[in-house]
Amino acid sequence: MSTPVSTAGTAGAIGGAGDALLEVTGLTKHFPITRGIIFRQKVGAVQAVDQVDFSVAPGQTLGLVGESGCGKTTTGRLLTRLLEPTGGRIMFEGRDITHLSMGKMRPLRRDIQMIFQDPYSSLNPRHTVGGIVGAPLRLQKVKTEKGIKATVQELLELVGLNPEHYNRYPHEFSGGQRQRIGIARTLALRPKLIVADEPVSALDVSIQAQVINLLEDLQNELGLTYVVIAHDLSVVRHISDHVAVMYLGKIVELAGRDQLYAAPRHPYTVALMSAVPVPAPVRVDGRRQRRERIRLSGDVPSPLNPPPACRFHTRCWKAQEVCRTQEPPLTELIPGHRVACHFPENTAASAE
Amino acid sequence: MPDTLLDVADLRIHFPTSDGLVKAVDGISFSLERGQTLGIVGESGSGKSVTSLGIMGLHHGTNAQITGHIKLDGEELVGATPGRVRELRGSKMAMIFQDPLSSLHPYYTIGAQIAEAYLVHNQVGKKVAHKHAIDLLGRVGIPQPASRADDYPHQFSGGMRQRAMIAMALSCDPELLIADEPTTALDVTVQAQILDLIWDLQQEYHSAVIIITHDLGVVAELSDDILVMYAGRMAEYGSAEDTFDQPGHPYTWGLLASMPRIDEARLERLVPIKGTPPSLINVPSGCAFHPRCRYAGFTGGRSQTEVPELREVSPGHLAACHLTGDQRRKFRTELVLEETEASTARMTQGEA
Repeated sequence: MSTPVSTAGTAGAIGGAGDALLEVTGLTKHFPITRGIIFRQKVGAVQAVDQVDFSVAPGQTLGLVGESGCGKTTTGRLLTRLLEPTGGRIMFEGRDITHLSMGKMRPLRRDIQMIFQDPYSSLNPRHTVGGIVGAPLRLQKVKTEKGIKATVQELLELVGLNPEHYNRYPHEFSGGQRQRIGIARTLALRPKLIVADEPVSALDVSIQAQVINLLEDLQNELGLTYVVIAHDLSVVRHISDHVAVMYLGKIVELAGRDQLYAAPRHPYTVALMSAVPVPAPVRVDGRRQRRERIRLSGDVPSPLNPPPACRFHTRCWKAQEVCRTQEPPLTELIPGHRVACHFPENTAASAE
Repeated sequence: MPDTLLDVADLRIHFPTSDGLVKAVDGISFSLERGQTLGIVGESGSGKSVTSLGIMGLHHGTNAQITGHIKLDGEELVGATPGRVRELRGSKMAMIFQDPLSSLHPYYTIGAQIAEAYLVHNQVGKKVAHKHAIDLLGRVGIPQPASRADDYPHQFSGGMRQRAMIAMALSCDPELLIADEPTTALDVTVQAQILDLIWDLQQEYHSAVIIITHDLGVVAELSDDILVMYAGRMAEYGSAEDTFDQPGHPYTWGLLASMPRIDEARLERLVPIKGTPPSLINVPSGCAFHPRCRYAGFTGGRSQTEVPELREVSPGHLAACHLTGDQRRKFRTELVLEETEASTARMTQGEA
């Protein structure tokens, strides 16, 4: 399945505009499964991410949604080059960074930063806030005009923390504040692209909204580009300009936010959206009623041995023979809306 | 005559610690009829889980100071002997815990764990209990229950583990079922399956259900009544319809405004609740919510000094807030208007 890097020259056709900040073509990551200790034999591979294409324009936000095991986090780690891609190509500012060495990647780390999910485990409990937020500056040997301390305090203020708390430790802060510390660290090097992996899912509802608003303000103020990975469809709709829906390592649908949420085309997207519980009780004659929704049966199949052809066919209510034998390509059904399905929903043909 | 199963009155659960008295639950009252569902909503630290553990008698052996009344079918549980509570637990009342992976014992098969409660509470042999476990697994929708009963928890997926937990809770046909964040660890499509299952089982067994969650969507789907908790106290208590359509407490307004919603027009900006939930050792004076409340300045200082009593805002709908009815209506209208403006501003912007 892996595409040789040199032949991936179709970048222009995918994602449209050539001035994208980030452009990903045929990105693939397979984790080998080996057996034996001395003679390690490869007995299989977890196809975590398989032939993923997308691009993000500067100042925009791309949301990656999907259920656990769909490869969204792996994709994020590939983008930040925390994992080595098996195949495909990652272009950042027109430069191929797919296989840059650690040393060559280091200067680029200033431009690509990551926000992690769990604000409890992503901050070192033995370092002070000042040490944590200043670490990127020290590691990159960045000389700032006012010195590291003043810069860090500015950053703390930027994310809505008290700069006086410079010498405190992470355990003295609540979850939402810790996530702000993580964001301040991310911003320290003034990155261009931020990959945020479930930035709010560990937070309470009232705190989620604060952090979401903060991310939006920072984007407007600093012109940041985001790739936001999340499982919560409502959060993704709120912060994204474009949304990619992933299932078992593949993008099944990619479209502008409003287009996608108004008329999802892929049956999986439709099912996913209808599964979201809505805070509006359904009542008939004062008795609670069950909300009508599409019910998917079973669980997501194992990515070790994904179903052939369309990977969703085992759970899809529209699946037919062709779905089991032919893989549907990600095609542009209407401008800016790409779907990988033989029988898409919400089209003139499907209205019959 | 209402068929009341559970009656909780002025329940207080306090924990003395070296830092001071933690009032985890501070004066909670509610009642629940057979066949009805109560949703308890709150953020982390609001006391919702402590309440449910208190009902189940699971604070025994800790230094919790429990006062008030918990009457299950007329029988007082506060002060009951641990032996008596133990007889009731698992047979008359049962609980589904949040994280099925850490609530299941990794060393025992699923079947053995489900059979255990049945063995303890009924005079039956192992074979009968095992057969009963297989029946239950089938009932909660596990395919091939006879062979899956011999599996260990690690061989089950997250959704299946939660089903197994539900089967375990149901093993003695409990009249009261408490589900503490039953779907928080699950993906949305699996969450929808589990919510359906709880719904169906409740119809079948006519049991009373308490569902504890931070997700307003989940409570809206399942609950007849809703109890909103804040800092161990009741903020609002009423039917699901009233609570969602005419929420009476500014905290509930805040929760509703701060979550992005998939079923309504996208807001340009979320309206978060400022600040963070209080520490339970140092609960703010007066109304515990006043430091975060936008309207605390309109009560003539009473919010800061006086703990608000629960008052009827409409028949059968209680809220603990000092705002007068007129103020409440005025502020609520303004807030809704603010939200609508935020969404229409975006729409006109989008059209331009």
